[in-house]
Amino acid sequence: MGYVAVKGGTQAIEESIKRLKYERLQKGTVLDVHTIEDGMRGLIDQVMSESSLYDQSLAAIAIKQAEGNPEEAVFLLRAYRSTLPRKHVSRIISSEDMQVERRISASFKDIPGGQILGATTDYTHRLLDWELEKETEESIQDWLHAYHAENRLTEYDQKQMSELSNLPKVLDYLRSEGLLQSCENNDLNPEDVTRKSLEFPSKRSERLQILTRGQTGAVTSLAYAVIRGYGALHPTVGELRVGQLPVYLDHPLDIGQEEDSYYIGDFQATEVEMLMPVTVEKERGKKEMEFEIGYGLCFGQNETKAIAIGILDNCLENPNTDFPSQNEEFVLYHIDSVESTGFISHLKMPHYVTFQSKLDSIRKTKEKASVGAVGGGNE
Amino acid sequence: MNKSYNFAFFDEGSKREIRRATLKAIAIPGYQVPFASREMPIGRGWGTGGLQLTLSLIGKEDVLKVIDQGSDESVNAVNIKKLVSDTTGVRTTDSTREATLIQSRHRVPEVPLEQDQILILQVPLPEPLRSFEPSEHETKKLHAEREYSGAWLMLFEQIMKYKTMATDADHPVMVHDRYVMAPSPIPRFDNPKLDYSEALILLGAGREKKVYAVPPFTKVTSLAFDDYEFEIESFTNHECILCGSKDVFLDELVDQDTGATYFQCNDTSNCLDIVNQEQSLGVK
Repeated sequence: MGYVAVKGGTQAIEESIKRLKYERLQKGTVLDVHTIEDGMRGLIDQVMSESSLYDQSLAAIAIKQAEGNPEEAVFLLRAYRSTLPRKHVSRIISSEDMQVERRISASFKDIPGGQILGATTDYTHRLLDWELEKETEESIQDWLHAYHAENRLTEYDQKQMSELSNLPKVLDYLRSEGLLQSCENNDLNPEDVTRKSLEFPSKRSERLQILTRGQTGAVTSLAYAVIRGYGALHPTVGELRVGQLPVYLDHPLDIGQEEDSYYIGDFQATEVEMLMPVTVEKERGKKEMEFEIGYGLCFGQNETKAIAIGILDNCLENPNTDFPSQNEEFVLYHIDSVESTGFISHLKMPHYVTFQSKLDSIRKTKEKASVGAVGGGNE
Repeated sequence: MNKSYNFAFFDEGSKREIRRATLKAIAIPGYQVPFASREMPIGRGWGTGGLQLTLSLIGKEDVLKVIDQGSDESVNAVNIKKLVSDTTGVRTTDSTREATLIQSRHRVPEVPLEQDQILILQVPLPEPLRSFEPSEHETKKLHAEREYSGAWLMLFEQIMKYKTMATDADHPVMVHDRYVMAPSPIPRFDNPKLDYSEALILLGAGREKKVYAVPPFTKVTSLAFDDYEFEIESFTNHECILCGSKDVFLDELVDQDTGATYFQCNDTSNCLDIVNQEQSLGVK
């Protein structure tokens, strides 16, 4: 007999796992987690953002274990995240307090506080740098030394630096000009999508969380569809910021007392405020142009993703069933990395029973059809 | 046992949260209770809903059986069992009678379940109305209003097209005369086993974040019409090549040498039990 299935699964799995380890190690090189942490900032930022877990060292381990596959690394961190009890909730973080490392506006050239390019690949030529092949410890030390010498801070610089933690927002300028409606702060407690499953219609806090946890590629693709034609938006980057945001915890006995709260550290985030021109109808059919905003925030320096979040945030604020990208269920249910890759990959599992059942059903319909044909069919 | 994780993987708060959803599900038979499904160390879509239920319920005294499409030794069943026993240290078994918790993908065991057992079914798509209504917001309203004409029409259209209902696995059921429920992709053969089941049946959909239940001794009827009755898969004139059973769900297999079709029990542990019994009787 040819078949199959029944015994031996355990041993096969163990051998397969061994083989996987072999694939990672076969060339005899140990990939140091510090090397990943220090040298793979882009991947670490992407993985932390999609995992909604901010920890570079854990991300580095996950990337190592996953052999650099982001889908797998995110999966590992999300599973680990499930085992962590929720002990504290931070005080509200105001993004105006960001210690800015990079800040640009595509809407205004001369923004108060100036454009700050910081670190970006935007203006690099994407030519393979063959020098990297022979980069040495010594050569980078020399380079670092020269860099530090060149960038020694004067008193004036230090004063400028301190102002980076309190830069005025571009959008505030638009508000003061009356081009953008000012709005009240929404200080309702946000829903937590990891503790309460999503119900529709969703709240904005839920949407922003799911977007920020979304798979970078999926979020980017959907936002791309919106601006390319499957949507009615022509957005501009009002302001994009990358920088450090401080996190404070309330004293357990003195909740709400700012001076008693504890500073526990910073995290790097990318924040984007998008501007979308819209036509609004005023009284007696009079039409006026106004700006709406779309907001994107994510862990790490993930600029494309943050912009895409901003676009989709605005799309979902203005539902339109003509476009899937403006349908909240379509967007929010399908952009999570762990969910989409999990369900796609489950197709690899055996479906013997369900397939047998389908066979039975197909045979049954064929039987009925042939009986109908023999019977001469009055229909 | 892996001590670097809490007993049964989750922190206690998460377990309580899942149990609360489960209690609500038992109180409203067939109703899909939303819960904050956690990411698990196995693929989302590979039984994480069932696994979360198992981990939230399991205690040190429990005996666990895991089956995947009828088989205790299928790779995914082995994998899930390993994760649970690694993080709990509980004993696992292949025997349906011996188990207190049975997590299963797409089968209800052939051996009738008893009152002190819990069957946990893994569910890929918990919404029976999804095939004609993609929106969750809408299907929730349909359930609330008991508006099931779509489900009936779906079956009616199949009859118009094929002169028979053409559902395969996951044939929708009505629970306690109130909610239409997806029984998970168990074959139609297993649907009748849900009706007045002595054991509690829990269904968990991890990716879709829903838990629902068929409490013990609850009426479960497969949707059908008076003149087009519900039919289970037919294995007439076939029997298991190993144990000779006829009234069980069979896998259809092909002999690679002769090209002939033969049949074999899908529930492997039941098949083994029967073969062992026959042999021990034979020895006497």
